[in-house]
Amino acid sequence: MSGVHVSTTINGDPVEFVCQPGEVLLDVLRNRVGLTGAKEGCGTGDCGTCSVTVDGRLVCSCLVLGAEVEGRTVTTVEGMADGADLHPLQKKFIEHAALQCGICTPGFLVAAKALLDRNPDPSEEQIRYALAGNLCRCTGYDKIVRAVQAAAKDLAVDATKPAKPAPKKTTAGKSAKKTA
Amino acid sequence: MRYEAPTSTKDAVGLLSKAKGKGQVLAGGSDLLVRLKGGFIEPDLIVDIKRIPAMQGVTKTASGFKIGAAVSCAQLGENAALKKAWPGVVEAANLIGSDQIQSRCTVVGNLCNASPAADSVPAMVAAKAKAVVVGPKGKRTIPVENVVAGPGKTALKAGELIESITLPARKGKTGDAYLRFIPRTEMDIAVCSAGVNLTLGRGGVVTDARVALGAVAPTVVLVPAAAKAIIGTKLDDVALAALAAACEAACNPIDDKRGTVEFRTEVAGVLAKRAAKIAYQRAGG
Amino acid sequence: MTHNPSFTNQTFKVIGTRVPRPDGLDKVTGRARYGADASAPGQLVGMILRSPHAHAEIKNIDTSKADKIPGVKAIITSADLPDKVNGRRDMLDTLENCMARGRVLYDGHAIAAVAAIDADTAKKALKAIKVDYKILPHVTDVDEAMKDGAPIVQQWVRTAGGDANKATNVSQVSQFGHGNIEEGFAEADVIIERSYKTEQTHQGYIEPHACLASVGPDGNGELWVTTQGHYTFRTQCAQLLGMDIAKLKVTSSEIGGGFGGKTHVWMEPVALALSRKANRPVKLVMTREEVFRATGPTCSTSMDVKIGAKKDGRITAALAVLRYQDGAFPGIWGMLGGMTAWACYDLPNVKAIAYDVLVNRPKVAAYRAPSAPMAAFAVESTMDLVAQAINMDPVDFRLLNAAKEGTRASYGPTYGPIGIRATLEAVKNHPQMKAKLGPNQGRGMACGFWFNFGGQTCSTVNIGTDGTVNVSVGTVDVGGSRASLSLIAAEELGVPYETVKCTVSDTTALGHNDTTEGSRGTFSSGMAIIFAARNAVAELRARAAKTWDIPVEEVEWKDGVAYPMGDQHHNLKPLSLKDIAAKSPRTGGPIAGHNETVADGAGVSFASHICDVEVDPETGATRILRYAVVQDAGKAIHPDYVEGQFQGAAAQGIGWALNEEYVYGKDGRLQNAGFLDYRIPVCSDLPFIDTTILEIPNPGHPYGIRGVGETSIVPPLAAIGNAVSNAVGVRMNHVPMSPPRILKAIKAQRAAG
Repeated sequence: MSGVHVSTTINGDPVEFVCQPGEVLLDVLRNRVGLTGAKEGCGTGDCGTCSVTVDGRLVCSCLVLGAEVEGRTVTTVEGMADGADLHPLQKKFIEHAALQCGICTPGFLVAAKALLDRNPDPSEEQIRYALAGNLCRCTGYDKIVRAVQAAAKDLAVDATKPAKPAPKKTTAGKSAKKTA
Repeated sequence: MRYEAPTSTKDAVGLLSKAKGKGQVLAGGSDLLVRLKGGFIEPDLIVDIKRIPAMQGVTKTASGFKIGAAVSCAQLGENAALKKAWPGVVEAANLIGSDQIQSRCTVVGNLCNASPAADSVPAMVAAKAKAVVVGPKGKRTIPVENVVAGPGKTALKAGELIESITLPARKGKTGDAYLRFIPRTEMDIAVCSAGVNLTLGRGGVVTDARVALGAVAPTVVLVPAAAKAIIGTKLDDVALAALAAACEAACNPIDDKRGTVEFRTEVAGVLAKRAAKIAYQRAGG
Repeated sequence: MTHNPSFTNQTFKVIGTRVPRPDGLDKVTGRARYGADASAPGQLVGMILRSPHAHAEIKNIDTSKADKIPGVKAIITSADLPDKVNGRRDMLDTLENCMARGRVLYDGHAIAAVAAIDADTAKKALKAIKVDYKILPHVTDVDEAMKDGAPIVQQWVRTAGGDANKATNVSQVSQFGHGNIEEGFAEADVIIERSYKTEQTHQGYIEPHACLASVGPDGNGELWVTTQGHYTFRTQCAQLLGMDIAKLKVTSSEIGGGFGGKTHVWMEPVALALSRKANRPVKLVMTREEVFRATGPTCSTSMDVKIGAKKDGRITAALAVLRYQDGAFPGIWGMLGGMTAWACYDLPNVKAIAYDVLVNRPKVAAYRAPSAPMAAFAVESTMDLVAQAINMDPVDFRLLNAAKEGTRASYGPTYGPIGIRATLEAVKNHPQMKAKLGPNQGRGMACGFWFNFGGQTCSTVNIGTDGTVNVSVGTVDVGGSRASLSLIAAEELGVPYETVKCTVSDTTALGHNDTTEGSRGTFSSGMAIIFAARNAVAELRARAAKTWDIPVEEVEWKDGVAYPMGDQHHNLKPLSLKDIAAKSPRTGGPIAGHNETVADGAGVSFASHICDVEVDPETGATRILRYAVVQDAGKAIHPDYVEGQFQGAAAQGIGWALNEEYVYGKDGRLQNAGFLDYRIPVCSDLPFIDTTILEIPNPGHPYGIRGVGETSIVPPLAAIGNAVSNAVGVRMNHVPMSPPRILKAIKAQRAAG
């Protein structure tokens, strides 16, 4: 097998890597790019612990090939905070004790952010169904849902404040992928 | 193994037909990558269709809707016009997996994976959906139920792939619905399912119906007898009971880790009744 | 300084406050490092070949083709793991479970392992290993395994104390109880007798087992591993590999869930053996499928319960016969079930007979209050049936018979102050009891019990020269205990919580610490920290005395400050911990306190739960509408984390009750080794879980702490069974109460008229 060269954007930074054609994005992130926030819980898309976003869409990175993100934008949990400023979801997860062992937390944060980005005022039921793809075995989900509700409230308050300037973004090439 | 991401249907067909060994089509990958990683398939070529313009987007035309093969189920759910015309097809597509899976999975992938329990297929069959198949010998359009040949097997020939799904135009008072039974509230493969598509005439009488069941046979079962049981009725209890009985009679399920023959048969009838009622309500009955 | 673990009934400054946890920032930013998050230069990928047969002899393993694949650096079989256990049967069982020795005992049993330069090469190598099996008959059902003529899983097993010549699958039979049950039943006005079954479940932690092992030719080794007990892993791995304990440094990563399943080595000795052979670090991570097939699920069971009672509600006799399968190796899980079955009640005549049975399934490990949930399902379901038969409210019936201080427990000891009655009273008055129930909705309640353990614990408190404090513990933090332990240190020293940093040290920094299990993490390390901190305070007082040049008896310590006692010292300014720490290089050097102890005095924890369900009578689908947990915590150090334990345990019990089960085919192979078909609760399956923390202090702990992590997995099975019964009138005796089973019961009920 020969490697695939990929140029992409991860958490706003231009990144290049070479991966095997059959290698999934999760393994690329963890083993080649050094971002171990996304975890493997099952490898089959059933637990959500590997959740990231690609072009703004929430996905299981264990079911995306590394080659597929050529020219696309990827965000992981490592990209959620703005420097030392935690995202309201991250703050609320800590405040509300929404994590015990914490292994599912990166996946939940990415999924919860994807939810609030498209639905800033979700009902409890909407939150629960949006997060149904993220398994937690420690908490029974109670404090996770409460943390998401609290973060939604916080973000709603933030939304009334003047916006911060957006961080600079660079995009990698958009050409379709071909291999050697 | 090679990965290719062509930018035209013609190129995709070319890659698949010229592949030495097995070629697989990659859309969402939520089935393909599971099988690849599990060692169940060892393709020599993966053809990613997501950069092909002809396979993107949902188009509304006079003759209905065209859904590109690369359109994710999440995107289907965001299409207001499609949801209005075919709420059953869309809700079926939106039941597949979690939000993470929804961002990736496609109804064409769901169809071609050919699982007896595929969520999008009963509703598409009930809707009389067609698949536009492109291959080295050109284009052909076939009913979606003819795409699946058996569990895990399609009737597509070497080098062929599906470019889009078409749904007919809606006329008059119509409604469709899809229900599935799963033991949890999410994340399960359907134990059994029912897709019902109705047209109503004057006075709320059913004038046309299609009833399709999933996960109760090797492939989706279209049940003409169930449709017959409700055509000409206003879905009274007797008609619904006959509908359920016809569905149960059409079931040919297996016992497996997800359900028993007994359970699937009985609940298929229950779901068909409930789906029929929802479709009826949506049609304005 | 004498150790006096008795309850001191003090008012607290920081204990009980909801402070942010110290590892929270790392865990919400993805910085925290779990088992699979470490790497070493030159590391190899380890992978294990596993048996596809439930029971077979291994006639031959041919690794010759695999050896030749470029990039394969080591291949091992049991030949590379010689018996160094000095006759210890339990360690030999562990060794054999890590790598089959001539025969495979369950689907998924490890047979060989490779270390290669990458995953693809390792996969290729596994495929190239040729194994010749002679397939043997297998047995996977506990009742089938007890029958005469059943395939024997281990030829050497004899029933302890039984026929020394008869090979059997029953490794032991235990009995608990007192009184005379025949007489008791004779006195009863009403007798209810039922049989129950529960299927096998798995702890379902989201993080698969993972480790990074490195062993050098000089006998030194390092192991980074996700574990509930790195000291236990060190001892086990060192013994199995013939290494010196002190030379194997084990570091616990953050752990992504354990619940008992990570108290036992499964593949870590294999990783070490691969590394030793290849002379390079080896990273071994289990797939989810391997976790289900080849780690330590809990038992499946078959049980008979008989309760006799008088019309006024007093139970006169209670008998439980419990059959638990322990997998392919002998275990004590049935025995534990027998001990817990009647623990909630004050019974004059009581008996529990428990069988431990071998089957061709994975080696059972602990799962949160191990063995108690099953027995409680059988007992608490039958309790409701008796209450119905005598027309008594189920809570009142339990209150009437509940254990109290002075009760002789069915498993032997006499109870001190305990919380079962308090939890029942709280349930009686709980607002959920007043919530209106609609059609096909029903309410059920049930009680549960679990003992807690103390165990070997070491802790060190080190005071920095700026007055900030390092606390080193050896109990792995599974759910936030570092916050609670920091609170305890802060309370004892009288310093702000924010100045204390609690770390789980590697095995070279402290003496042996027992595993974080038995709800002992906060209890034991908390106790060790109390005494280590008190030792540090003694040293702080001594330094103040030295600074003031007065006898140490005239120095008192209050709220983090040393005060001279007596009017004669009125001119001496008090010295804060910070002051003393700053001076410490000149007054005698670094200030620390240690404690090595066996934490005695663990209390027991009782819980009562209320569950409201709605059952779809046409499909058997069951929804949880409301759920409430009431549990006795003794003293809640950090209420958020106590609540979290209640909720998490209840959620596991709910999954167990409704949908989780191992499905074995006739071929003895596990059919649902993944999260798709092993169905744990998802977010949309559950409502908010109401929690009430009761505090009946445990007199054996200075703060009254009881371990809380386990008990609340015990009541849900019966709470839900009772709720389903009240919703649609069917008594479920088979867990999980999946929709097909409930629908079948509803239809049978309808047919019976």
